[in-house]
Amino acid sequence: MTFLEFIEHHQQIIYIVILMIFVGIVVIGRVPSVLHTPLMSGANAIHGVVVIGSIIVMGKAEAGNYFALILGFFAVILGTLNVVGGFVVTDRMLEMFKNKKAK
Amino acid sequence: MLVLIYIISSVTFILGLKMLSHPATARSGNLAAAAGMALAIFGTIFLYNDPETGHVLHNYDWIFSGLIIGSILGTVSAKKVQMTAMPEMVSLFNGMGGACAALISLIEYQHLSHMDAGMMSDHKGMVLIIVLGLIIGSVSFAGSMIAYGKLNGKVGDFSFKGQNILSILVLLIIIGLAVSLVMDPAQPILFYVIFGLSLLYGAFFVFPIGGADMPVVISLLNSFTGVAAAFGGFLYDNNVMLTGGILVGAAGTLLTIQMCKAMNRSLLNVLIGNFGGNASGGGTSGEQGSYKEVTLADAAVQMAYANRVIIVPGYGLAVAQAQHVCHELESILTEKGVEVTYAIHPVAGRMPGHMNVLLAEADVSYDKLEEMEQANDDFPRTDVVLILGANDVVNPAAKNDPTSPIYGMPILEVEKAKSVIVNKRSMKPGYAGIENALFFQPKTSMLFGDAKKVLQELVGELKTM
Repeated sequence: MTFLEFIEHHQQIIYIVILMIFVGIVVIGRVPSVLHTPLMSGANAIHGVVVIGSIIVMGKAEAGNYFALILGFFAVILGTLNVVGGFVVTDRMLEMFKNKKAK
Repeated sequence: MLVLIYIISSVTFILGLKMLSHPATARSGNLAAAAGMALAIFGTIFLYNDPETGHVLHNYDWIFSGLIIGSILGTVSAKKVQMTAMPEMVSLFNGMGGACAALISLIEYQHLSHMDAGMMSDHKGMVLIIVLGLIIGSVSFAGSMIAYGKLNGKVGDFSFKGQNILSILVLLIIIGLAVSLVMDPAQPILFYVIFGLSLLYGAFFVFPIGGADMPVVISLLNSFTGVAAAFGGFLYDNNVMLTGGILVGAAGTLLTIQMCKAMNRSLLNVLIGNFGGNASGGGTSGEQGSYKEVTLADAAVQMAYANRVIIVPGYGLAVAQAQHVCHELESILTEKGVEVTYAIHPVAGRMPGHMNVLLAEADVSYDKLEEMEQANDDFPRTDVVLILGANDVVNPAAKNDPTSPIYGMPILEVEKAKSVIVNKRSMKPGYAGIENALFFQPKTSMLFGDAKKVLQELVGELKTM
């Protein structure tokens, strides 16, 4: 498969990648430095979508394939840790901003 | 149906990030993204069809036990962690995401390698994606673990001569091996060598970087993991992984650059990292002479009779967990008619925004916090500046000593105030490992001790006045 064919074949994905790069940059735009840490933490939780990949791997593994089952199991645990831990930590940080506002 | 769910989730991610960048909407933004994530996860579990076979997923028992264990561990550790330890927690979770991406690649390669060699070479594009996911995921995992260890003090700075060259060499070898693997995919040994070398490179990448630069590194590794997740999206033609991953990759990179800008340094400068060791030194320029100490009682009197006091919190305050006492001191002084504000340097503490989070925890009012530019305007009409465990962010060398490693970093110009009281545990240099000429200036007096203890005693003194 030549390079051009590869691009043609995956053009939809390539468009998504390009557009998302710009969306990512524009969305962050001007963040007050106060919010750098929570923002980093929230972004950290969002890349936990990788857990979906581990769920797919796990769900496709054949019953006897222990290599895939065990590694996939760990992948699901780690990915979930990333998602759940990430969102909970971010919420804890932001909760304190809110308390202070109310006063 | 699943397509629709993925679209909704992608929109919540974008909106979530957008809302996270404004103080008023930040919390709901985080919740929106979390809801989108839950939707995507459960949608995948119940509605995903294998495009090749059309089968739905199985092994539900494994999947759900993994989800439950991960959720419990994640919630407990995130709830229990001290506010001061937030940065390393983010780093830890980031490493978990990287490891997850690397594991997916390991399994998918093993899956492919069941085919015979001829068929495997028909899947070069897939192998390329798997290998890239493996490399970036492993680098991110190993790097985050080292960053985690460094932040909580378990891992020291570690570098040796020629380390940068060695790192680049390892990276080149990884790239070379990856190219050769993609050309001829049926080489499992090569695949595992790449895995090992990527872990090694991740560690090498973070080892020489000084602790003060860790936030930048974590933010960079955060965007790496985003890219690794996006490769997963490529692999499964899964748009929500793709959008989420690339979004974080792009936003994370921009955030990294913004953090570097706040310190007035280039990313390259941070990464090459000759910042940590004080052996490289510089910046002392023989300026230091003697410093003078002040007693608690004197310090208390000075502040009680001042018109205006600015508190400069730093990492020392965070380590000592002194934010609550600090707020108490502020209230007492305010009762005595002193105008008290806090000057927050953009990179005070170990992460941008770290101090704001801490002071918010102690119920310090939002409008008491001044950003750097505003504080610098206010210093000339300030009687006492109280520095609590901050060092590099008030070091005048950043302004007037071109040989100093931190030269050019914007600082809080505390020396413009009438007098400066510095609370530190000892005369040891700060995180960047450089001496601070501020401590030896005539208007500066030192108040040694743990920030919490000193503040408690100050509060005690003030109460008796």
